Amino acid sequence: MSKQTSFFTSIKRLYPHVRPILPRLVLGLLSALLASVVALSIPQVLRVLVNDFLKPGGAGSAVWISAVVILVLGIAEAGLVALRRQFVINPATTVETRMRVSLYGHLQDLTVAFHDRWGSGQLLSRAMSDLNFLRRWMAFGAIMLVVTTLTVAIGVGVMFTMSWQLALIFLAAALPIMVYSFRFRRRFSLVTRLSQDQAGDLATTVEESVHGIRVLKAFGRSREALENFNGQAEELRQTEIAKAKQQAEFSLVVTLLPELALGVGLVAGILLASTGELSIGSLVAFFATAAVVAAPVEFSGMLLAMALTAKSALDRHFEVMDTANTITSPSAPQHPRELRGGLRFEQASFAFDDGGPLLHDITLDIRPGETMALVGVTGSGKSALLQLVPRLYDVSGGAERTGGAVRIDGVDVRDFSVEELRTVVAVAFEDTTLFSSSVRENVLLGAPEPTEAALDEALDVAQAHFAYSLPDGVDTLIGEEGLSLSGGQRQRIALARAIAAKPRVLVLDDPLSALDVNTEELVEARLREVLKDTTTLIVAHRPSTVALADRVALLEDGRISDVGTHTELLARNQHYRFVIASLDECPKDLDSELERELDEMEEAGEARR
Amino acid sequence: MSTFGTSNEDNAHLSRSDSKAVRRRSLALLGSLIRPVRVRFWLTLAMVVLSQATRVAGPAIIAFGIDHALPALQAGSNGPLVLAGALYLAAAVATAALTALYVTSTARLSQAMLLDLRLRVFRHTQRLSLEFHEKYTSGRIIARQTSDLEALRELLDSGVSSLASGLLFMVFTAITVFALDWRSGLIMLAAGIPMFFLARWYQKHSQIAFRESRVVSARLIVHFVETMTGIRAVKAFRKEKENAQRYGELSEDYRRVTVRSINLNGIFQPGLVLIGNVCVAVVLLFGGFRVLGGDLAVGVLLALILSTKRFFQPVDQMAMFYNSFQSAQAALEKVSGLLEEVPTVRPPKNPVPLPHARGEIAFRDVEFGYGAGTVVVPRLNLHIPAGQTVALVGQTGAGKSTLAKLIARFYDVTSGSLTLDGVELRDLDGAELRRAVVMVTQEAFLFSGSVADNIALGRPGASRGEIEAAARAVGAHEFIAALPEGYDTDVNKRGGRVSAGQRQLISFARAFLAAPAVLILDEATSSLDIPSERLVQAGLSSLLAGTGTEARSARTAIIIAHRLSTVESADRVLVIHDGKVVEDGTPAELISSGGRFAALHGAWRESLV
Repeated sequence: MSKQTSFFTSIKRLYPHVRPILPRLVLGLLSALLASVVALSIPQVLRVLVNDFLKPGGAGSAVWISAVVILVLGIAEAGLVALRRQFVINPATTVETRMRVSLYGHLQDLTVAFHDRWGSGQLLSRAMSDLNFLRRWMAFGAIMLVVTTLTVAIGVGVMFTMSWQLALIFLAAALPIMVYSFRFRRRFSLVTRLSQDQAGDLATTVEESVHGIRVLKAFGRSREALENFNGQAEELRQTEIAKAKQQAEFSLVVTLLPELALGVGLVAGILLASTGELSIGSLVAFFATAAVVAAPVEFSGMLLAMALTAKSALDRHFEVMDTANTITSPSAPQHPRELRGGLRFEQASFAFDDGGPLLHDITLDIRPGETMALVGVTGSGKSALLQLVPRLYDVSGGAERTGGAVRIDGVDVRDFSVEELRTVVAVAFEDTTLFSSSVRENVLLGAPEPTEAALDEALDVAQAHFAYSLPDGVDTLIGEEGLSLSGGQRQRIALARAIAAKPRVLVLDDPLSALDVNTEELVEARLREVLKDTTTLIVAHRPSTVALADRVALLEDGRISDVGTHTELLARNQHYRFVIASLDECPKDLDSELERELDEMEEAGEARR
Repeated sequence: MSTFGTSNEDNAHLSRSDSKAVRRRSLALLGSLIRPVRVRFWLTLAMVVLSQATRVAGPAIIAFGIDHALPALQAGSNGPLVLAGALYLAAAVATAALTALYVTSTARLSQAMLLDLRLRVFRHTQRLSLEFHEKYTSGRIIARQTSDLEALRELLDSGVSSLASGLLFMVFTAITVFALDWRSGLIMLAAGIPMFFLARWYQKHSQIAFRESRVVSARLIVHFVETMTGIRAVKAFRKEKENAQRYGELSEDYRRVTVRSINLNGIFQPGLVLIGNVCVAVVLLFGGFRVLGGDLAVGVLLALILSTKRFFQPVDQMAMFYNSFQSAQAALEKVSGLLEEVPTVRPPKNPVPLPHARGEIAFRDVEFGYGAGTVVVPRLNLHIPAGQTVALVGQTGAGKSTLAKLIARFYDVTSGSLTLDGVELRDLDGAELRRAVVMVTQEAFLFSGSVADNIALGRPGASRGEIEAAARAVGAHEFIAALPEGYDTDVNKRGGRVSAGQRQLISFARAFLAAPAVLILDEATSSLDIPSERLVQAGLSSLLAGTGTEARSARTAIIIAHRLSTVESADRVLVIHDGKVVEDGTPAELISSGGRFAALHGAWRESLV
């Protein structure tokens, strides 16, 4: 997953985001530099003041002047520190927020296939911790890195003016550090990336353990879930410690080498001084400066680690941002001349990008206003076929061939603007997703006219009258953050949502599975009225649902094997009878019936092979 | 308003006493995290102190070199020079080694505490009852586990060592100042008074800001997780724009509170620096006049002022520490609130073992209502003998699922007794209860991992042969074998590639593998087509009859289904209405008696044609 790119290649990508705030970052940098200059100069100024102005019996005004000078410098130091924050914080958080919002926007645009692959914990860690870290690096780490480097460079320069021999010895330590930091950079990048990825996976595990809590409880598998989580958390811990060890090793080298050089310098300096090649004053000044330089050198280990972490956070960010969205609106969207709702599959094929083909050469014509039921055994590709219509997936034929097309009124769905397509097509899935908002907002989500009448009608058709008797009526909060509804109730809200959208083409994936027979009958009676002018493709598992349809298409092993009315198919198609008919001539003897069907199933299975 | 547990979690402006209570709770949690690692904690501190000492030794050795080794060398003795050089190198090695050690040790410390807390939160959320999970969103739990823990991590990584070394440094410097001149020492200490008030002010305001930051970041995470897990519905109903706007607002809120907390620190930290600098000026003023008066030597004054300036140096780092401490504390307030929640379904104090459950269930005078609300089940008496297959029939919302959930102990009865083989459910050992009673619901959640892993959830440690046998028994083997990598195929996020029906088959195989004494099926076949349903039923009846995977007596089954095909093969049908059993008998009896069931059955048979 992690492609190694060079530090600057990655950081450069931040530039477009940072450009608008660059002046303020530079001002922040200047403030930081000035602040450290002031901080460094205060002791020198003090020395001069005390030594030159304050003498026993001197004037009182000298004391006042000295105190005021020091006070002014002190205020300046504090002021500059505050100023650095003022310059940097607002812009840095703005960049952070902008990147976060654009990441979210991009994620919403990316295909369903992308989301099938990526756990939401991984995405969340990118949106939260990675970007938080990046902000802190921009506002603090990057600036300090520059300040530190400058301080060290100036310090070394000053050291050269005092004694070039000693400075050379000191500088000699820099060589192995540079070589070492090269190695450190590579290894630390790997381990920091690993820790970020593991933290994301851990978040995914948490997310699943909460969403799957009912299953875990039903099977009493909390212990296993905990063990699994423990394993992952332990791995993360190990990675973090490995990371700390590398950082410790680096700080060891960075602290030790200059100090060793100074030790050698001390001996050499004294030798030089004893021969008179170096004044004692210069020797003292040299070591005083070295002490000032040593602190930032030590600090640099931490700053380098921070920069590398920021780099891999940035890599992770762009890994998602660089994923191209394959389901987009064309540059010149087309509309059908007249939107009547004719739906046509033309040799449509589909395969998941890493699996075998699921649908082959589906050709199916659904006339405007017609209701077509889609029947087939579990796994025959019914749901996949439905999802091609609103382009949740695109047709694809695998590696060597094109995947045909899905057309609405003659226009390929890929030539519609996505927005318009999904206005024309509404869906209700078998697994219902309700959003954390009121019943009203959930139902009217896609409605062209979000009126009270539309709401009432949709709820009535879906037989979701229970919504009125919820604690706050149709304004009751539902979804994850609200009241939890039963499976049947959720399905009816989702169905109402699809109906309220008043689409030309309605795609229903077994939307009545959780309803009892009576309710189903009522819903169907009302649906039949409402769907009169709507082209509908509905997945059906039961004869009662098929009864809604004008015609039935039979899906068998990813191909349409027969199309006709329910009666026609019952009469001529054995597989259809097998799939849909649960009532035989003599249903009393359940066991023998079961045996017969099992035989039939085996035969069918053999025939397939 | 009470602040117990997670109630009132979103309120950042707490009353004084509430605020105190949650702070105490949060500190207690921190304390309990440190306790197990306190030895390492003190060791790490000792290393910090030691490394500080060797660090201070460096300049002293340089001074020794210049003051003694140089004259000695000029006098012809090179012993002191060698000594100085050797000592300096030794000090350098010791400092570097100790630094590396404490960096690693700090990481071990913080990672141990984080792992501990992660596991605690995970274990606790698994333990909490469904009642809690239904109102506390998954996104919040994820927020607690990710961004809140991140705040603690920052504290642990950044603070402790700098705080210790800073304090130590200040103590040493203060002693020097007092040794030189106690009056100036007093002035220096007096600076503590305004600093204290500034810290108090900061604490008060930052506490609110950090609390708000926790609340807002949780909101941001909740929204993010909801979008990513419901992405299909988001796309299908074009909710992207609305979402993007909402997320933009939340991000902006988050930015604002972040900026607010940073700005508070931006006043606090320079404020401390300023007070320190003003103090230096006062010492100068006070000492200056005494120098003029001849009471104080100029050299002493210089030393005093420089020391005073140095005394305030670590204040910077300590402000940073205090900042992360406040942030972590606010985060731990939320985490400790979650940990304070008590599961309403509690494990028994003295669990009764039940190694070989038969599956006899008895309700005696059972009453049940959710929370303090309406009664769902009024006074129920029901006896289900071991080995019986019972179908629960009734309209949506009649209370069928509630009865099933009571038997699975997802909830506890409000009054009365519910027993398995004569033992109160709430006295049964948790693990044994879960082995004896398994519930399969309509929502078939798949965890990331392979298909085999998901089936093995029914019985961890099952062999591949047993897993395949379970899959065969419910008719899932064929489609699993046809997946790209068969049983080792990754089901991806939320089973992206397997259809709803296939998910149900997998979750059936899970239950089959678990082979419990009591099997509860709540609409578990709703997404299956008729042939698959028949296969499942065939497998089911052999499992229930005891001729399944292992030789044992018949199992008890509680089946809730809208499709009465499942019901027809039951030994007994219970018609539930408003939480009461209104009809009870064999299917044949009830059909002939012409009650509710007969009507439902008639409607259902009609729906089949």
